[in-house]
Parts: sequence; C-alpha cells; structure tokens
Amino acid sequence: MIELIEVRKAFNQGKHNEFWALDGINLNIEAHRVTALCGPSGSGKTTLLTLIGCLARPTSGRARFKGEDISGLPERFLTQLRRRSFGFVFQQFNLIRGLSAEENVMLPAAPSGLPQREVRAKAAMLLDRLRLAHRRTARVEWLSGGEQQRVAIARALINDPEVLIADEPTANLDTTLAREFLAILESFASEGRTVILSSHDPLVIQSAAVHRVINMRDGRIVDNQ
Amino acid sequence: MNIWIEQQRALIDFTLASLARRKARNLGLLAVYALLVFVLASVALFSHALRHEATRILADAPELILQRMVAGRHDLIPPGYLEKIGRIRGVQKMEGRLWGYYYDPVIKANYTFMVPTAGGVERGTIVIGTALERVRGLALETGISFRAYSGKLYSFVVADILPRDSELVSADLVLMHEDDFRAFFEFPAGHYTDIALSVANPQEVRNIAAKLAAALPDSRPILREEMLRTYASIFAWREGIILAILSGALLAFAILAWDKAAGLSAEEKREIGILKAIGWETGDVIRMKIWEGVLISLSAFLIGYVAAYLHVFRAGGVLFEPVLKGWAVLYPRFQLTPEIDGLAVATLFFFTVVPYTAAVLVPIWRAATTDPDAVMRS
Ligand SMILES: Nc1ncnc2c1ncn2[C@@H]1O[C@H](COP(=O)(O)OP(=O)(O)OP(=O)(O)O)[C@@H](O)[C@H]1O
Ligand SMILES: [Mg+2]
Repeated sequence: MIELIEVRKAFNQGKHNEFWALDGINLNIEAHRVTALCGPSGSGKTTLLTLIGCLARPTSGRARFKGEDISGLPERFLTQLRRRSFGFVFQQFNLIRGLSAEENVMLPAAPSGLPQREVRAKAAMLLDRLRLAHRRTARVEWLSGGEQQRVAIARALINDPEVLIADEPTANLDTTLAREFLAILESFASEGRTVILSSHDPLVIQSAAVHRVINMRDGRIVDNQ
Repeated sequence: MNIWIEQQRALIDFTLASLARRKARNLGLLAVYALLVFVLASVALFSHALRHEATRILADAPELILQRMVAGRHDLIPPGYLEKIGRIRGVQKMEGRLWGYYYDPVIKANYTFMVPTAGGVERGTIVIGTALERVRGLALETGISFRAYSGKLYSFVVADILPRDSELVSADLVLMHEDDFRAFFEFPAGHYTDIALSVANPQEVRNIAAKLAAALPDSRPILREEMLRTYASIFAWREGIILAILSGALLAFAILAWDKAAGLSAEEKREIGILKAIGWETGDVIRMKIWEGVLISLSAFLIGYVAAYLHVFRAGGVLFEPVLKGWAVLYPRFQLTPEIDGLAVATLFFFTVVPYTAAVLVPIWRAATTDPDAVMRS
C-alpha cells in the first residue's frame, strides 16, 4: 500500500547544522495490517511517519501511495490526500483546548463540505464506539489522558481514512489503557484499515495486535521481520 | 455550491466555538468596536438628517429676502418701501413680513413671534409650535399671557397647534394676528421686519438681487441659496468638531484592534498547526480567520449602527444635542425624520469591516504557510 524507495530526509539542508534524519529507507507497508516502527530516541521514527502521512516530503527518493507517486505532489494535493486517506493520533494528542470533545472530533471534516448534521452524527457514533458518549460536550482539557486519546482517535477516524498513523500512542498511558488502545487498533485492522505506529514500548512491540515490527537506528532500517 | 455552503457553515461553527473560548476578551473588543461605530454613525446620521431637514424647510422659504440696514444693523422696513421697489420683472410676489423674537423668562428661551403672510389667525388667539405646547403645558383653548417689552401684559388663547413634522423650525413658533403683533412689539403701522420676494426663475435671483441693491442702497438682499450654504457650513463645522474630538478615540481603537488582531499567540499558532496537520488547507485556515474578522466587525457594525439609528431618531440624539444643535434651548424632545445616506453607510461599513478583517489576516498568512509536520514535535 505504501512504498518507500531510497528515501532520505534532511533537516536544515545546506546549512552548517545539516542533519540527515532518514538515510536510505526502503520499505513496503502492507494494507490492513498493524505495523510498528521501533527504535531508540532520535532514530527517525517520527520523521518517517511524517513522510508516510504526507505531512512532509522526502528530500530525495520516492514515496508511493497505492501505486501513485506522491513525493512530487504539490502541497494542495498532499493536504487533500492527507485529509481523505490518513488519520493521525499524535503523541501529545494535539486536541484544541476550549472546544468540546465533539467539536474536536468534527474538525478534520470541516473542509470536506459534508452536511454538518451528518458529520455530527458520525462524531457521536465514533465517540459512542470509543465509550465516550457521555463526555461528548465536555471540554477536552477536562478529560483524562485516556479519554483525550480516545477523542484523538475519534478525530482521526472522522473522515474514514484508510490509514491510521499513531506516533508513540501509548507513551502517556498506563498499562491497562495501553492494552485497551491496542485492542482498538486490532479492531481497525480487522475492519480493513492500515495502522502504522511508532513506539519503544515493549508492550506494544510484543503485542499480538502488532503484525509487523520495523526496527530503526540512525535513520536506517536495521532489521525487518 | 452546497458543498461550499456546508464548508462555510463548518468554518463558522468552529470560529464561533473558538471565539466563545475567550468570551470576556472578545465581547470586550466587540463592545468597544460597536461603541465606536455607534458614535461615528450617530454623528453621520444626525448631521445628515439635520441637513436634510434644513433643506426641506428652506425649500418653502422665499427665494429672496430684503432687509433694511441702518448703521450696519438690521432695521425695520419703513412705510413706502414696498412701493419704492415697485414692479421688478421676474418677481412673482412681494410682501412685507412681520416677525420678531420674544424672550420668555419663565423657561429662559426665545420664541419666534410671527404673523403668517396668508393671515388666518384670529385676534386674541395664537397658534403655537409643539415645543411651546410641551414646555409651557399648553393645550387647545387654554390661555397664556406674555409680558411685552413695554411692560404690558397680553393674553392669548391657543387656537391651534402646529403639526410636528418639521419641528426644527416650527417648535418655537408663535403665530398671531397682525394687530396683536403690532401692539405687542409696538410696531407702527406700515413698518415690517423684512420683505419676502418670490422669484419664479432661479436663474434670475441674482439679477434681481443686484437690481434691488442698486435701487435701495440701504438694503441687503439675502438669497435662499446663501442661507442653504450657511446652514451646510454650520453643520459641517459642528460635525468637524465632533470628529476632531473622536479622532483620539479612533486612534486608540485602531491601536487596540491592531494589537488584538495582529498579535498571534503561541497557542493560536499551535492550533493552526494542528488544523493543517489534520487536513485543513492553508486556504481553509485563512477562510476561517476571515470569518472571524467579518463576524466580529460585522456584528460591531450592525449593533453600533442600529444603536445609532435608535439614538438619533428615537431618542433625539440626546448625547450630542449640545454640540450639534445648540441654537435654541427649546428642543428637549426634538425628533428628526429618519433619513439615511447610503453612501455614508457604505463608507462607514468599509472603514470598519475591511481594516479589521485585514488586520486579522496579516499574521495568519505567515502562520498558515508553515509546515504541517511541526505538529508532530510539539
Ligand atoms: N525540524 C528539525 N530540525 C532539525 N533536526 C530535526 C528536526 N526534526 C527532527 N530532527 C532530528 O532528526 C532526528 C530524528 O528525529 P525523530 O523525531 O524522527 O526521532 P524519533 O525516532 O521519533 O525519536 P523519539 O523516539 O525521541 O520521538 C533527531 O535527531 C532530531 O533531532
Ligand atoms: Mg518521535
């Protein structure tokens, strides 16, 4: 589904502090599976996720999504692709404070032009599925960490993306909540979504919910089961 | 089209929810903004309506008025003057008018006593304007006495009250019979206050005025168009005073608005980053901000303008009566006919809504064009 060929990513290219965060990545991520990127801090996991999720473009190399080359797409198309095909769960959740859980969940659908009523119904359905129906109108900063993460998941799913991307999703959760999160991921894969996450949490990497683990170090893939 | 509408609805929903988070700050801004529009619109509406009123009233005034001057001061027209003028080509009608001012010590204000040229007021009766009716508590068939400058007391019965549609000039009017007027002010028979001439062709007014001045060197012809111009300049001058006072407030507001709108907090920057990461285009972020600017400035404009309308046309412009009127003290409940100048509305709209919206947009442009991947690292 997602193919990376000789992908490299530089920060501050051409300056004295030039840094190659990714250095020759070749990777093929299959659809309908849960794939985990794993590796020490600074190994380039987050950077790789931003490339896969069309948040950034590789400095060199090719990226293909469902066979189509996306490394050269203009910003506008990348944004559209990102909105339609990818859902993000960020490490810090990145919810918008002061707004209710429901309003946060509805946000990615705003540019789509779908009727507000439909979007609201869908948000309610998702929150219900994540057992947050009773917190629908609560401001997100009043929610617990686990609840906030489930709001973030619901937000990632509002546009019905094929791919769900989660960066360090369990870093802020205790063991019980982390297990619960993995169960949710598994259900997504079984309903046909592709899940890509990064983690250095053994609980995640050893979990049966994760189908494939990719080990990274210094911007390269070291072994690849 | 439908999609576009739904998009805007979603953006507006978000904008409103987002504005509601800082209620005090945004309501405060809205209040100050609306107050500013209110004051500006009040000045504009008030002076426009006054000007309109003056024009309407002067439309009925004679084209030319002839006054006699003695030692550079307005004096009575002596007997025989009308005959001396004789017939001038182009003058339709020429008549002597009788009017004068009377200071009423009871309410400390001046009335205008006048004899209608068409007659129609019985001896011993008067027809009064609405201000007098109110201030002196008069009604039809009630009596009132005025002490003449000679010291003698004269009593009149109110026979009628003037309609209130043009209160600006008729409010302080007292119409009476010629004989009563002459007795009250001790005007000898044959004397008049001035002479009114009606001229059919407006092109001839200046010619006729020149002829009159030549024939009667001690007289001064006054043209209606000159009066109109005088009124206009008086209004403009008063309006100018108010605007000068306001310019300080305007400047203060401009600084406040710029500061509030143009300064972008770290929190807002973070939010824009999130929106971009979850699939908003730069254009969506900008559209959302345009809505924010438009919603605030448009509601401020509407609230301020409606309040100004009510202030000027329902409450009689109480707040600046002292500055804008000020030539009589008789108008406590002065009502202007609602008159709106479309161009003035458009100008005010433009200068309130556009700069604010622009100020909101400036910093957003920069923030909205940053890379979305920064969000992953916050
Ligand atoms: N905007 C940037 N400018 C310069 N260097 C950057 C930038 N973003 C990331 N880096 C560097 O790129 C390298 C890879 O970063 P990345 O965030 O992908 O690591 P990571 O594997 O996600 O680490 P962690 O487990 O700590 O989240 C790091 O050394 C980081 O310092
Ligand atoms: Mg990371």
